Amino acid sequence: MSAPVTVGNGAFEPSIVAFVCNWCTYTGADLAGTSRILMADNVRVIRLPCTGRIDTLFILKAFERGADGVIVSGCHPADCHYTAGNYHARRRFAIFRELMNFVGIDPRRVTFSWVSASEGGKWAEVVNSTTEQVRQLGPFATYPEA
Amino acid sequence: MSRVGVFICHCGENIGRTVDCSRVAQALGELPGVVHSVDYKYMCSDPGQALIKQAIQEKGLDGVVVGACSPHMHEKTFRKAAAGAGLNPFLCEMANLREHCSWIHEDREKATRKAVDLGRFIVEKIKFNRPLSTIFIPVERRALVIGGGIAGIQAALDIADGGREVILIEKEPSIGGHMSQLSETFPTLDCSQCILTPRMVEVAQHPHIKLLAYSEVESVDGYIGNFQVKIRRKARYVDETKCNGCGECQKECPNKKIPGEFDQGLGMRTAIYVPFPQAVPNIPVIDRANCALFRGRAKGVKKVVCSKCAEVCGRKAIDFDQQDTFVTENVGAIVVATGYQLYSIGKEQDSDSLRGYGEYGYGAIPDVIDGLQFERLASASGPTGGKILRPSDGKEPKTVVFLQCIGSRDPAKGIEYCSKICCMYVAKHTMLFHHKVHDGKAVVFYMDIRAGGKGYDEFVRRAIEESHALYLRGRVSRMYRNGDTIRVHGIDTLSGEPVVIDADMVVLATAMRAQPGIAALAQKLSVSYDQHGFLNEAHPKLRPVETNTAGVFVAGACQAPRDIPDSVAMASATASKVLGLFSKELLEREPLIACVDRLTCAGCFHCERVCPYGAVERKSLMDGKGRLIKIVAEVNQGVCQGCGTCQATCPSKSVELEGFRDEQIYAAVNAL
Repeated sequence: MSAPVTVGNGAFEPSIVAFVCNWCTYTGADLAGTSRILMADNVRVIRLPCTGRIDTLFILKAFERGADGVIVSGCHPADCHYTAGNYHARRRFAIFRELMNFVGIDPRRVTFSWVSASEGGKWAEVVNSTTEQVRQLGPFATYPEA
Repeated sequence: MSRVGVFICHCGENIGRTVDCSRVAQALGELPGVVHSVDYKYMCSDPGQALIKQAIQEKGLDGVVVGACSPHMHEKTFRKAAAGAGLNPFLCEMANLREHCSWIHEDREKATRKAVDLGRFIVEKIKFNRPLSTIFIPVERRALVIGGGIAGIQAALDIADGGREVILIEKEPSIGGHMSQLSETFPTLDCSQCILTPRMVEVAQHPHIKLLAYSEVESVDGYIGNFQVKIRRKARYVDETKCNGCGECQKECPNKKIPGEFDQGLGMRTAIYVPFPQAVPNIPVIDRANCALFRGRAKGVKKVVCSKCAEVCGRKAIDFDQQDTFVTENVGAIVVATGYQLYSIGKEQDSDSLRGYGEYGYGAIPDVIDGLQFERLASASGPTGGKILRPSDGKEPKTVVFLQCIGSRDPAKGIEYCSKICCMYVAKHTMLFHHKVHDGKAVVFYMDIRAGGKGYDEFVRRAIEESHALYLRGRVSRMYRNGDTIRVHGIDTLSGEPVVIDADMVVLATAMRAQPGIAALAQKLSVSYDQHGFLNEAHPKLRPVETNTAGVFVAGACQAPRDIPDSVAMASATASKVLGLFSKELLEREPLIACVDRLTCAGCFHCERVCPYGAVERKSLMDGKGRLIKIVAEVNQGVCQGCGTCQATCPSKSVELEGFRDEQIYAAVNAL
């Protein structure tokens, strides 16, 4: 488990984990790379077949292990490679948001988004805006956040 | 203890410029369980792959992590290399240090640290990877084609010519589809029936094609290579094995005033009928709703009201007591080619999103017809024998107004897409009209002319320049009866002037829509469809005729508005996909699928409800004496596509998706 990283001028650099689907967002992130779109280096991607596979416990585990923020991203509604996995994910996360308040994680630390395989630019935006948002929120220290 | 090998690729300068590869290799080499860690300029090159193979054999590696480009790029390459050295290919994974790191960052220090993180995730994950073996599924090498229009006919013939058996089903009494109704076809003006009917006959006579006309899909079970399709053979009330198509029954039938479907209601047919003379199969069907005998039966009349057809039939083929029957066919692949219907402008619409066209009289003016009706008027086999005559009084119209984009490209009417074929067939209609009524005037209201295609724009120019059609860019706001004519209020937006025309007939180029009932069929096949009912292809560019359900393919206008050349091309494409699938007896599948732990499964079947493919089955577990212990979920290996939604849903964590099991993901997250 890593402590919040400080580099250079000592500004807080958040650690962010992204759980993404293989077919849309991972490929979109690949496209961002192929297009050489520069973005914040705070995000570590974990590839899953589908957002439907993402257990909300993964997100809690990430926070437990020192992440300051989490991104969950998959195919746009109606574009799921597996027809409906993203709909199940959407429902799950609608409920999970409530749970975050309950366990004491600021919901702004978690970004849910749809990034398709053709949206490299959008992926960079999601990465940058989430990084900035979490940077503003500061390090995630303990449950619950005061 | 694991024996993991790490191989960091410089990708020339692509990774090496921003990431200190030797430092990454060194850092990962210090992780517990890593026994070998090196970097190299090009891992995907032959010497690079040789490095991996050599290390697997010399160091006895049980896991390989390649830190290089995206796994979408080279995962197959490295898994193959690993397999070549005797390691199970699923014990090899990639960390994406190029697309997800070196190409998107500039700070070498930070990028290097991120690369170490990404590598560590995969190193920790791979310690929990299990050796997996490819799944082999037997393939039933017969195909089902749903829909007997030009797309279905083409697909069936191509597959059958490839030597495989085809079952072609068509819901109407005859194959031929909409193409059989057309008079001539753009952009060559060759006669539709002349080019279609030989293919229909070929279908009927082909030794590898089993034609089931007047039949519909009742249910579909199974998966790629192994579908069981239950087909409803609707009762014709005519024994197909006895009838020789002499047509005597139709001459005798007293009810001759039924608007015929084939002639779009412009011509009449009898209650026992074949849709058109060249029908395949040439076997009549009794229309129960209009047959005196069946109407009598429905009213409870015991006496046989009319049996003239049966009396005149020399072969005793008429069977008033025939029932629908069911047949089940086992097939390995399914081609859906169900075609289209036209948007109706009437008040009654089958969908809340569609509005109809009140301003055009809701279709109440008899001389306002649609494009298919005009085809029938222009067709030599049509109700007027090929003469253009108005439906209301049978007079030859001198001024005909054609309106394009009726429904299409108009979100206010519920359809935002372009129907693609209308610009072309309206140009064709103006030519046909000019050829038949030399002193006639054709006026076309259009929004844009979309004539992309070989010879298409030239064709439209011919309509304007040689057939003297007057093309006005603008819409029509209102139409109403004005004595003997139809008054058309429109605008010519190029001159900015309103236009009022007294037309003898108006032809509407109405939008192409998916067939009614397509949603139900799509659900039976687990194929997704868009908000308009058009079936979704697996990828709009790279997999245009596949669907997301393996083994189900799409051809023609059931996928999107298509013209004949497009439909035929798609149909041949599906045939090539089907024949490719049938080229092997066993189908290979990646084993990254879900499996259920029977011991802990509580049989709640949440997984069954969320599975998009219906891959979860119920399995009864028995003890040695045949007594039921419990019913558990079981994943069908052929159907599961490996999305993992079941695993995230399972309350008792009894489902595991191979390749992405919980312990693998948690190992990666724990490595944070």
